Amino acid sequence: MSFYGLVDGTEASLKSYLNNLSGVDQVGAEARAAMLATRSIKTTSKRWAIDTAITMVDLTTLEGADTPGKVKALCTKAVRPDPTDSTVPSVGAVCVYNDMVEVARKHLDLIGGQRVPVAAVSTAFPSGRASMAVKIQDTQDAINAGAEEIDMVIDRGAFLAGRYIDVFNEIVQIREVCGDKAHLKVIFETGELVTYDNVRKASFLAMAAGADFIKTSTGKVAPAATPPVVLVMLEAVRDFYEMTQTRIGVKPAGGIRNTKDAIKQLVLVNETVGPDWLNPKLFRIGASALLNDLLMQRMKMDDGYYTSPQYVTMD
Amino acid sequence: METAMTFEYAPAPESRAIVTIKPKYGHFIGGKFVAGSKHFPTINPATEEVLSQVALAGKAEVDAAVKAARKAYTTTWSKMSGKERGKYLYRIARIMQERAREFAVLETLDNGKPIRESRDTDIPLAAAHFFYHAGWADKLEYAGLGTSPKPLGVAGQIIPWNFPLLMLAWKVAPALATGNTVVLKPAESTPLTALLFAEVCQQAELPAGVVNIVTGDGSTGALIVNHPGIDKIAFTGSTEVGKIIARAVAPTKKSVTLELGGKAANIVFEDAAIDETVEGIVNGIFFNQGHVCCAGSRLLLQENVAEEVLHKLKNRMEKIRVGDPMDKNTDVGAINSKEQLTKIVELAAAGDSEGAERWSPACNLPAKGFWFAPTIFTGVTQAHRIAREEIFGPVLSVLTFRTPAEAIEKANNTPFGLSAGIWSEKGSRTLWASQQLRAGVVWANTFNKFDPTSPFGGYKESGWGREGGRHGLSAYLKGVSHE
Repeated sequence: MSFYGLVDGTEASLKSYLNNLSGVDQVGAEARAAMLATRSIKTTSKRWAIDTAITMVDLTTLEGADTPGKVKALCTKAVRPDPTDSTVPSVGAVCVYNDMVEVARKHLDLIGGQRVPVAAVSTAFPSGRASMAVKIQDTQDAINAGAEEIDMVIDRGAFLAGRYIDVFNEIVQIREVCGDKAHLKVIFETGELVTYDNVRKASFLAMAAGADFIKTSTGKVAPAATPPVVLVMLEAVRDFYEMTQTRIGVKPAGGIRNTKDAIKQLVLVNETVGPDWLNPKLFRIGASALLNDLLMQRMKMDDGYYTSPQYVTMD
Repeated sequence: METAMTFEYAPAPESRAIVTIKPKYGHFIGGKFVAGSKHFPTINPATEEVLSQVALAGKAEVDAAVKAARKAYTTTWSKMSGKERGKYLYRIARIMQERAREFAVLETLDNGKPIRESRDTDIPLAAAHFFYHAGWADKLEYAGLGTSPKPLGVAGQIIPWNFPLLMLAWKVAPALATGNTVVLKPAESTPLTALLFAEVCQQAELPAGVVNIVTGDGSTGALIVNHPGIDKIAFTGSTEVGKIIARAVAPTKKSVTLELGGKAANIVFEDAAIDETVEGIVNGIFFNQGHVCCAGSRLLLQENVAEEVLHKLKNRMEKIRVGDPMDKNTDVGAINSKEQLTKIVELAAAGDSEGAERWSPACNLPAKGFWFAPTIFTGVTQAHRIAREEIFGPVLSVLTFRTPAEAIEKANNTPFGLSAGIWSEKGSRTLWASQQLRAGVVWANTFNKFDPTSPFGGYKESGWGREGGRHGLSAYLKGVSHE
């Protein structure tokens, strides 16, 4: 484990690394995000943004009521979001619970979705309240079942108590389980970390520990992927790239329900980290309802009128 | 529909269909538009298109305006209860809000500022000034300015081109709330929103003569300043003209408020929140093309973070969108006039010749109109002209300091004292620094924030008196100390 030469794995080095980070001014961060939300994205750039956003969607179902049938339907939608229009691209991934990974992987392969990865939420998602042994096994199970992406949660309790090293070590261990078989996304649950200072600290902590992606939220806690939270994470990713020449991805999840919100996210990416990140390899949007709104907006741009929700598939 | 290859923002122009610009305007005197004698063009600085012909007021027109203002003062406005005056101000404020888009589009066409700023800053703030002062009109007895404060009479008001409607609001709203009547002259290059405001006065059925608007150039301004029928002069503009006005009114009984130039220090301490500081630096100097008297035009960086801040600032400046002011995604618009552009070019050249290092992001400036790329100069010292003189354009001079005391010393080492900025996450340092700075406004972890409840004005050559807030009322009332 190299930790990019930023920390040596000891608590002291981690603390001094995190405590030396520049603070975040809440008012300023919110003002910047609000200003970028006024960008007016029209015509050709809107069309580009909609298609790009579709390729970035991690189409998600994380319900206790999930069944194989529901997951298969989700996979079908992920591969061909609009069955009547083959120019609509596939989404970035499908995101399910651990026990649904195998169903999802098999079904995707069956219907020509070999290139759509399955992401599994892991480490006792969404609360993260389980022993390390359970978290490791949870992750291992998902990888064995064919998950190529692991969305782990951090121990927010440990983070808020200042036990950064515990959070760090958990990520390092899950990173080891993932090896080169799965991409690791680290979920902060920013609605529980609350301050932007914490979001920035958690971002650097997770990146140094080996995250491939940093992700805002589980979708179970509000507020989730607010524009200023995503801004602060994008700034962290940008700074981390300058320090290490390593590009870390960002995944806002939760609360992004319509095209307007999604385009605001793309504007944040474009004007904070730049066009290199406007790519599903480095930016994903965790969502379920969003996809249909993107499809309806796409139809509207082609047809000139809003379609009824009856013309897009419900799942 | 074609699909773009990258995330280039397609043009998103605001429609100008909402405004009707007449080919020719007169003056607004005694509640009516009266034809002018001589005219001059007002142009769109982004395209050099002539928007309209505006009247040049001479002695006869200024006399008529002052006479109308006096009559309205004597017969109507000074006799009206504060409660009734307040109703008119509320009405004006509401109409301004209702017609906000019209005002925003017209302001951008005439001034060159981005529509995003006129829409989100200038016009809402102008309306807010009327709302705020409407509330004061019936409460003046309780403002701590004496038990029965009395208006001064007729106020002559001369306003600049950088925030045309907002500066009108800063002047007209407190004058009217306190029972004065006004003769206002908008700037030569930006008269159109003031003339639209005249329509609003008619729409609000404001008694004739309470607000009179005469257009013209410096000669019209001089007629107002020297007019014996005027009781008070309120001026916002250059220190150079402010000094001429101060001399002119010195032997008279006129009251004066002057809001003049600035060369604000924006001080970044080592513990600042860097990303938001960079936003604040950008907002401080590139907001409104730097045509801001309180612009943060001198950046003072603590040496141990200077490199990091400059690196991030340059990266951020690469993202600034310069161009068509009517495009909703434009961040920096056109320079207001050819004269101003010439001045900016001259001072920037002085920066080069005195050995400072110039840097601008790559940007495609339009061929027509008046443009200047956002620019920073590093390696600037206190002895450089660009560290001492007001550039009034998108040009930032970057200096460094080693200790907090040195920062304060450099910040105060200027004939100006309008505003200053402090960037630090340490509250004790911010409070200490704000007490040391000789500036009328000190912003902490923000910049260019305006609010009608907050007094605004300068130390030293940045001006006399305050505008806004309770303090601003005193400048329009008899027998109240102005400082």
